[in-house]
Amino acid sequence: MKFMTEFRDADVVAQYMEEIRRTVTRPWTIMEVCGGQTHSLVKNGILQLLPPEVRMVHGPGCPVCVTPLNLIDKAVHLALDKGVILCSYGDMLRVPGSKMSLLEAKAAGADVRILYSPLEAVKIASETPGREVVFFAVGFETTAPANALSVLHAQHLGVKNYSILTSHVLVPPAIEAVMNDEEAQIQAFLAAGHVCTIMGISEYEPLVQRYKIPIVVTGFEPVDLVQGILMTVRQLERGEYKLENQYSRVVRPEGNPEAIKVIRQVFEESDREWRGIGNIPNSGYEVRADLAEYDADKKFAVNIEKVPESEECIAGLVLKGIKKPHECPAFGKKCTPQFPLGAPMVSSEGACAAYYHFSQLLENVQ
Amino acid sequence: MYNKVKMQLQCPMPKLDFEIITLGHGSGGLLTNRLLDSGVFDLLKNELLDERHDGARFPVTNGQMAFSTDSYVISPIFFPGGNIGELAVNGTVNDLAMCGAQAQYLSLAFILEEGLRMEEFWEILVGVKFAAEAAGVRIVTGDTKVVERGKGDKIFINTSGVGMVHPKAEIGKKRVQPGDKIIVSGPIASHGIAILSVRQGLEFETAIVSDTTNLNDSVMALLDQFGSGIRLLHDPTRGGVATVLNELARDTRLGMDLQEAAIPVLEEVQGACELLGLDPLYVANEGIFIAVVAPEIADLVVETMKSREKTTQATIMGSVTAEHPKQVLLHSKIGGKRVVNMPVGEQLPRIC
Repeated sequence: MKFMTEFRDADVVAQYMEEIRRTVTRPWTIMEVCGGQTHSLVKNGILQLLPPEVRMVHGPGCPVCVTPLNLIDKAVHLALDKGVILCSYGDMLRVPGSKMSLLEAKAAGADVRILYSPLEAVKIASETPGREVVFFAVGFETTAPANALSVLHAQHLGVKNYSILTSHVLVPPAIEAVMNDEEAQIQAFLAAGHVCTIMGISEYEPLVQRYKIPIVVTGFEPVDLVQGILMTVRQLERGEYKLENQYSRVVRPEGNPEAIKVIRQVFEESDREWRGIGNIPNSGYEVRADLAEYDADKKFAVNIEKVPESEECIAGLVLKGIKKPHECPAFGKKCTPQFPLGAPMVSSEGACAAYYHFSQLLENVQ
Repeated sequence: MYNKVKMQLQCPMPKLDFEIITLGHGSGGLLTNRLLDSGVFDLLKNELLDERHDGARFPVTNGQMAFSTDSYVISPIFFPGGNIGELAVNGTVNDLAMCGAQAQYLSLAFILEEGLRMEEFWEILVGVKFAAEAAGVRIVTGDTKVVERGKGDKIFINTSGVGMVHPKAEIGKKRVQPGDKIIVSGPIASHGIAILSVRQGLEFETAIVSDTTNLNDSVMALLDQFGSGIRLLHDPTRGGVATVLNELARDTRLGMDLQEAAIPVLEEVQGACELLGLDPLYVANEGIFIAVVAPEIADLVVETMKSREKTTQATIMGSVTAEHPKQVLLHSKIGGKRVVNMPVGEQLPRIC
């Protein structure tokens, strides 16, 4: 597979690793914001290959993990009590709501469907005119264009029984929230390559300047990650702070103007609740007021009582990198991927789930 | 392999006075008989089935028998590379093969949903016929029930089978030892991805076809040559290679080491997995098996397998170890390690 295998080359990874070892002289704490990167670090076993001085902290960039409990409850309610066809990306299904997950709602008779594209949901809506179809539009800036496009597409086709339940979150405000937390001790960030593919990289320059931290836009393959880490470590060792782009084969500085245009047509920035972290100003998208008929939240005016999170779950501290997953008393005991207390244990991109596998490894291999 | 055109030419559907299956076809009365007489018995003809009795009687020889059963509820029922009928035969034939047995007799039970088109049912029956012939197994007894529309999903099939265990076979989890090599007979994940490619909401264009096939010949040849050197056989169907190896690690209290670079995956399957956010280790297979063999014969086993039609891409993908008991460890292509866990439930595609 061209453009993939060459970024999984063991020799190249080994060379970068060696270079990281040669460069690093003292401990550094680097956060990879994106859950996809966490997943790749664990899946490829990169974490154990890094020298002990380089400490990777897994950030809040797992859209599944930060989707508020209340919104999952809403989705369950729409599917189970309102009889809508609820469509969603796959990994959202197992995340526990306050009473049940979407997968459990499905077992209880709700019409819940896993899709890869929201445009499929529009198709389902146009083919089933008698029923309401709701797409659970979860994700960072990456999935926003497709979700926005589905609304425009429905509007264009005159499909009235389609709407989206939005939980869109944005990366730069999340970095700000992490940096503004006094307890967080992050010294540099790997920014998510795919997010920048859409949005470009200019949003990160002010963050670099304000917090005096290196930010390196990084891809997802092993070679990308170790190169991104090396670029970060070099800056840290030199005492520099710059915005760099490791993923330049994909990320253009200006992003994808067409995609941004579609996002702006459908969404506007709004305050967002992040599961485990709380409210972050201007940290997400909601459907613009003039398209309210496509906004499931407004269309169905669902009022679900807000249930507090499990007190045992320290997801917020984990997502900000203040605590490591295994420092949670419930970790691996009361909270496992099978019976998760909080979302980071559910998604394969969640830091707790990643650590659950990783720590098992440490126990048995060391 | 499944060839729809060839099958239809050889076994055209007889002219019938009904086009769809109705509840009456499962009543046991006149309609049931009309359905069975329409060609079902002719299609699967053999002297045991021809008795049309409540069950089949057959002589047995000395030795050990294996017995296995499996139900097939796959959706869609037609997929690139096969159909549910073919799968139902191959699946049970292969389960028996994994016991070291050559399947001889199968039962075949249908649960049909009212409204199933006779044309589709016929195509499935033809699939059954060809798969049974290819595996050298006879359908000797069967059953047909029809459920109301909405109570099934077009067609469910159960097959059970019996067969004689190869006299030289000594297959069992207890025989697996540290140092044994883990061989996979061919590229993984093709079946699951072929099914996904035609599932509603996911259609993507691909040349990927299911690997469904019978494995009894391949297995019997190995047992002929290597006998007790073959310690364990498993077909990694549901849950894929990861699930089978985790079960093995759990039951033997041994560790499994996998070399990611050695695991064969067809390029287009790997590409689809990347696109869909799936791990090929957890994707279902239908036409491959895993063999745990004594280390001293491993290379020879692979060489032998490579010379046989259905296992040309056989390879050693890992080994059994006393270290990290009950755990499957993958050595990644780039030299890292990770634990390969038992999947929690169905593998769910990731957002990004």
